[in-house]
Amino acid sequence: MQVKVLYFASVREKLGLNAEDLELPVSVATVADLRAHLRARGGVWSDALADTKLLRTAVNQDLAPATTAIKAGDEVAFFPPVTGG
Amino acid sequence: MKIAVQRDDFDLGLEIKRIATNSKIGAIASFIGLVREVNDGATVGTMTLEHYPGMTEKALAAIVEEAQGRWQVLDCTVIHRYGELKPTDQIVLVVVASGHRGDAFAACEFLMDYLKTRAPFWKKETTPEGARWVAARAADDQAAERWK
Repeated sequence: MQVKVLYFASVREKLGLNAEDLELPVSVATVADLRAHLRARGGVWSDALADTKLLRTAVNQDLAPATTAIKAGDEVAFFPPVTGG
Repeated sequence: MKIAVQRDDFDLGLEIKRIATNSKIGAIASFIGLVREVNDGATVGTMTLEHYPGMTEKALAAIVEEAQGRWQVLDCTVIHRYGELKPTDQIVLVVVASGHRGDAFAACEFLMDYLKTRAPFWKKETTPEGARWVAARAADDQAAERWK
């Protein structure tokens, strides 16, 4: 299935990438699976997506825990804790 | 209700004038956040705010809706800026209009506490030692927790 993945703030900077369209294997069913799939690219990917305490995720523009299921066409975002206001 | 995510500055007086046309309103509370010159021990040159277009507006609308469910909110305005700002610049504005001050004060504080922990904005500062991402504060999480 195809999903859109977005990266923001320090995560975006570490990866040197804003966004990508990805074709995922069937084994990737949740946000946690997607994170593990991306970390397997190694190098900065393994680092930038490593610390679960400092990594937040959203699915279709709603904050979503790692257990959230993802489906074809979803927009998934990875970013650090927010610091607005 | 007005929710805006914008580069441009805002004017508190104009925003209050726009709201204060409903004769049921007896109280208006507002909050403005500014860029501090000294943050975490370093002098801030510029602060750049990044956000997640689409999710930002959605998150702010959800926070406003939650406030409306808890207090009497006759009208409200949330404006958050993004882009490059400098010390003393305005960052965020929350204005809440209600029948009485209790609801206006509480909803205004609630909106700020939730905005700080749920709206997807990130601050990056330049300091004499270089650029750095502002770290999230435990105190902000605690402030949001108390409304549960």
